[in-house]
Amino acid sequence: MIIYPFIIEALQVALLLMAAPAFAGWVKTVKCRMQGRTYAGILQPYRDIAKLFGKEVVLAENASWIFRSTPYITFGVMVMIGGIVPVFSTELPFGAIADVIALVMLFAIIRFFTALAGMDIGTAFGGMGASREMMISSLAEPAMLMAIFTVSLAAESTSLTQIVQVMGHGKFILRPSLAFALLAFIMIHLTETGRIPVDNPATHLELTMVHEAMVLEYSGRYLALIEWAGMMKLLIFSLLGIAIFCPWGIPSSATPYEMLFGFLLAAAKLAVLGVVLVLIETSMAKMRLFRLSEFLGSAFMLATLGMLSFFILE
Amino acid sequence: MSMDFAAQINSVMAALIMLTAFGMLVQRRIMALLHLFAWQGVFLCFSTAIVGYVTGVHHLFISSILTLTLKVVVLPYILYALIHKLNIRKEIETLVNIPSTMLMGIVLVIFSYHLTAPIKELSTLVTRSTLAVALATVMLGLLMMVTRRHAVTQIIGFLALENGLFFAATSATYGMPMVVELGVALDLLIAAFVFGIFFFHINTTFDSLDVDQMAKLKEDD
Amino acid sequence: MPPFDIAIASMLLMLTPVALAPCCAKSRNTTIYLSFFIAALASLTSVAAGVLAVRDETTVSAVLQMGLPVLPFHLRLDPLSGFFLVVIGLLAFFVSIYSMGYVRSFHPGRSIVRFVVFYSLFIFGMQLVVLADDAFLFLVAWELMAAASYFLVMYEDEKAENKRAAYLYLVIAHVGAIAILLAFGVMAAQANGFESFQGYTFDSMRTTSYSPGWATTAFLLSFFGFAAKAGVIPLHVWLPEAHSVAPSNISALMSGVMLKTSIYGIVRITFDFLKEYPWWWGGVVLTLGLISALLGVLYALMQHDLKRLLAYHSVENIGIILIGLGLSMLFTTYKFPLLASLALIAALYHTLNHAIFKGLLFMGAGAVLHATHARNMEEMGGLIHRMPWTSALFLVGCVSISALPPFNGFVSEWLTFQAFLFSPALHRPILSLLIPLGAALLALTGALAAACFVKAFGVTFLGHWRGHHPVQQVHEVDWYMRGGMALAGLTCFLLGVLPTVVINWMDILSQQLLGAKIAATTGQFGWLWLTPYSSARASYSGMNVFIGIVGVVLITWLLTHAGKRSIRRVPIWDCGFEKLTSRMQYTATSFAMPIRRVFGFLFNISEETRLPEPFRHVAYPGGLYYRLRVRDRFWNWIYKPIGWAAFYTAKKIGNLQQGRIQVYLIYSFVTIIVLLVFLG
Repeated sequence: MIIYPFIIEALQVALLLMAAPAFAGWVKTVKCRMQGRTYAGILQPYRDIAKLFGKEVVLAENASWIFRSTPYITFGVMVMIGGIVPVFSTELPFGAIADVIALVMLFAIIRFFTALAGMDIGTAFGGMGASREMMISSLAEPAMLMAIFTVSLAAESTSLTQIVQVMGHGKFILRPSLAFALLAFIMIHLTETGRIPVDNPATHLELTMVHEAMVLEYSGRYLALIEWAGMMKLLIFSLLGIAIFCPWGIPSSATPYEMLFGFLLAAAKLAVLGVVLVLIETSMAKMRLFRLSEFLGSAFMLATLGMLSFFILE
Repeated sequence: MSMDFAAQINSVMAALIMLTAFGMLVQRRIMALLHLFAWQGVFLCFSTAIVGYVTGVHHLFISSILTLTLKVVVLPYILYALIHKLNIRKEIETLVNIPSTMLMGIVLVIFSYHLTAPIKELSTLVTRSTLAVALATVMLGLLMMVTRRHAVTQIIGFLALENGLFFAATSATYGMPMVVELGVALDLLIAAFVFGIFFFHINTTFDSLDVDQMAKLKEDD
Repeated sequence: MPPFDIAIASMLLMLTPVALAPCCAKSRNTTIYLSFFIAALASLTSVAAGVLAVRDETTVSAVLQMGLPVLPFHLRLDPLSGFFLVVIGLLAFFVSIYSMGYVRSFHPGRSIVRFVVFYSLFIFGMQLVVLADDAFLFLVAWELMAAASYFLVMYEDEKAENKRAAYLYLVIAHVGAIAILLAFGVMAAQANGFESFQGYTFDSMRTTSYSPGWATTAFLLSFFGFAAKAGVIPLHVWLPEAHSVAPSNISALMSGVMLKTSIYGIVRITFDFLKEYPWWWGGVVLTLGLISALLGVLYALMQHDLKRLLAYHSVENIGIILIGLGLSMLFTTYKFPLLASLALIAALYHTLNHAIFKGLLFMGAGAVLHATHARNMEEMGGLIHRMPWTSALFLVGCVSISALPPFNGFVSEWLTFQAFLFSPALHRPILSLLIPLGAALLALTGALAAACFVKAFGVTFLGHWRGHHPVQQVHEVDWYMRGGMALAGLTCFLLGVLPTVVINWMDILSQQLLGAKIAATTGQFGWLWLTPYSSARASYSGMNVFIGIVGVVLITWLLTHAGKRSIRRVPIWDCGFEKLTSRMQYTATSFAMPIRRVFGFLFNISEETRLPEPFRHVAYPGGLYYRLRVRDRFWNWIYKPIGWAAFYTAKKIGNLQQGRIQVYLIYSFVTIIVLLVFLG
């Protein structure tokens, strides 16, 4: 039935939209528990977004159409990326419109427009956030590409559907190259989603901000869309990592029973990943901006080691 | 377990040894360096044990236990005691900055792979693919000795080099004769004691363990 | 009408302004409108000829009874020439429309006739280069192109720096031309010896088999010569100078198509003539491409002059094209024609893309220059409010060059990455390990290019006006300039969402040069899906990405605007300070500072900060003196020593000129004696 895959697609996108604030809430809750604070609950991000949608938009006088359209572009591209990553089925019709490299470039669109929006207002904070963000992302790109390259060596493809098929349903081989690529991916994940040690998502000191500085001037529904897109980025990046490195359990057929099982398994994996993220965040401090070149250089080195061990050891 | 599975586990251990070698190369704090060295010893011992189990060369078990006692317990303890007595607390300084060191390390790994590729074609051992990693560990140990200024890190570099040589012996010929191994182990132990004595002397004379200070010993024309 | 005749017609049409312009020299406007209209028409005809030539897979030659008595001019139109005719003609069409508005604003004291004549000769020369079928005509056309562009670069010749830049350009162009001449000489000698001039025709060069030593010599000489014209590092020093002082429409043409004629030369000589080569040729091309790409983008990041920034980006993109060519050569050496054609198509697609988006960017820079009379980005800002069309079109160019979907830059970079990912197929272990590092460098370059264009667009168009003269004088440009830019922007978009159509059209090139077509697998799922090699390997659909994004954005906008929504405009948030000025924004130099800190070791950077006297206390300075100088290391490593050596040698030889008559008589006397002794 030709309409059925599109229903699965729509269902996945809707679920990702709904689950993103829950995942962000879960990470915050675990962090609070670990640091001995009381927490507002997993549903707090939902309340935050709903509150922001109800508020009035306050715009700077010289904000241009780029500033006003960036939240929509960010949200739109993020939703589309959500439709590409295989979560509980590999039979997504949108899965073929972009492979992993195109996916990385789609994230780059969001970063480009957010940086432009940061510069649009003409305060020093926006420019600072934009300049730092572009430096960090340019150092993270080689590492990301090398990790993708290593995975594509093992899977002989860069299409996500194919990677899930080969890794998840192929023979189980211990691959040190993938272990290295996983370590590099975790470091890139922390960089791209703006967590400690790269950027503190909970900071309120402007001089320590990277991502927050670019979106400092947003309010009302614009800020709601950007916050929601940020939460979706955390969720989607985590799902991307799970799809590439831990794809056992993503069903290749599309029966409802298997999809339900896949959904529950994905939720469990996300819960574990959230705990791992919090462990990393709580045990490290935010790094100096210029130490990040060493951090990302280590990520690149790990990914390159992964590629080298593929040729040397496998 | 099957030969294939053992080869895979051996590959994983080799990868971990290479990872610890790189980790030591870029590490800034001296206690973390010591811990990484101890972990490298653990992986080495485990790898030797697996090879010994699968190939039936039983003296490799003895080598493995020797590695465990010496390189995981005794030598790190001696160095730990040394560090505490000399009150070393500073961060380790490097000759070139860290990203450049990493790049040099990667180039050395590629170079070792290029050198050992013909051997990999011809060998029939279960450990044939790990010879490149062993050679790389030797090179990385040398690189660590060259690019660091602190005397203790140079010693750890030397010990890492010896780890690499030991791993090379396991990969190429399923271990060295028992006499050779015991001799090398004893030499290492004595070397550690001698280093300790020298470090005391250096520290008393120069009040620091920075080997650049020893350039003062050169005669000025 | 056969494509060859259309091509000849377009070239003749392009020459007409040379004759017409002096006739209507009295009226500036007539000259401008007439000449550029004819040029636009000629370019469009050239595009038609090229499209038909590639689609029909024709190869037509002709011999003109001009040139040397023993070597008449040979012309030939084959698919490769047709492709480059399309590249030249398309951008020339956009720029000619743009010029109708841009040239009108030239200083009344300067001669428009001179400009128009050299403009037509320049484009004519480029068309002749791609149609030439023998070495002599090729070099004549090459020189014509170089000379015409020299006069165009030097158009505003009252400033000394312009003359210097043009002179540097001429010197390096001629060094390259000598190398190309020598290369042709080597190949002709191999083809036919010294008996006749027949060896100089491309046909005989195509059919000869070369000995490995001479083939290498020919390759190295020709690559050096074409690299000098293309701006490959380290022969790139003329590019930022010449492109920034030339009028902007000329910069667009030079950057967009003149550099591509060198790519044409490299492809023609390496893939068409010298068909067999060892692996290290591909390695050299790949390495130089990677170095050019990375250093080009890093230099661009350090610039605050908008046109110099764009010129350094041309160096970067030529590097990316060379990366594709190098990969293609490597795959050919190891006998993988399908993968080689993938890399070649990626390189040629990038050639087309770069011509269009670089032309668009230079046209936008010209519009900004025309409106603000400044090239320095640090004196601009907030132009998006005064020049909405220019800023939107410049944004299209920025997005394209940063390789973001769904525009065209992404398609060619994606194809290049896919070609990189196939490198494990080469069974040489050392290559399999080093080539992926090249892929990582390409990723770094792409990310740095995006950073650079955030800086360029952000500092120039966004924020507040930083300039000294009032911003009310800045106004939007006229319809001709907007039209040229809009057409280029539309082409960028179309090339990005319809890649399969373009590749299907282009595929004959790889068939001809390498013997394999990739369109069979690339377009096997229809015009919507781009699947190089196979769909299990990778797939991309530009149109779907575009429709998806637009669809979701529209839905979101509708949903969030369901009720009545108000927006309140307030002053910018100032942390309670209240005295924010436009000078407190980030400047181009400050934006690039983190990257300058990380990558600064590659340049010659000197930074000086000083508190000028007098000041009350260090914590309350009255002002700050800051000077930053970023210099190219290649000047000190290569050009200064060569210049010094040349001057030294010249001075030493100059000692021969003593000035006294007796010494000259002694010279003649000694020569006579020597000749008598040795020939007697």
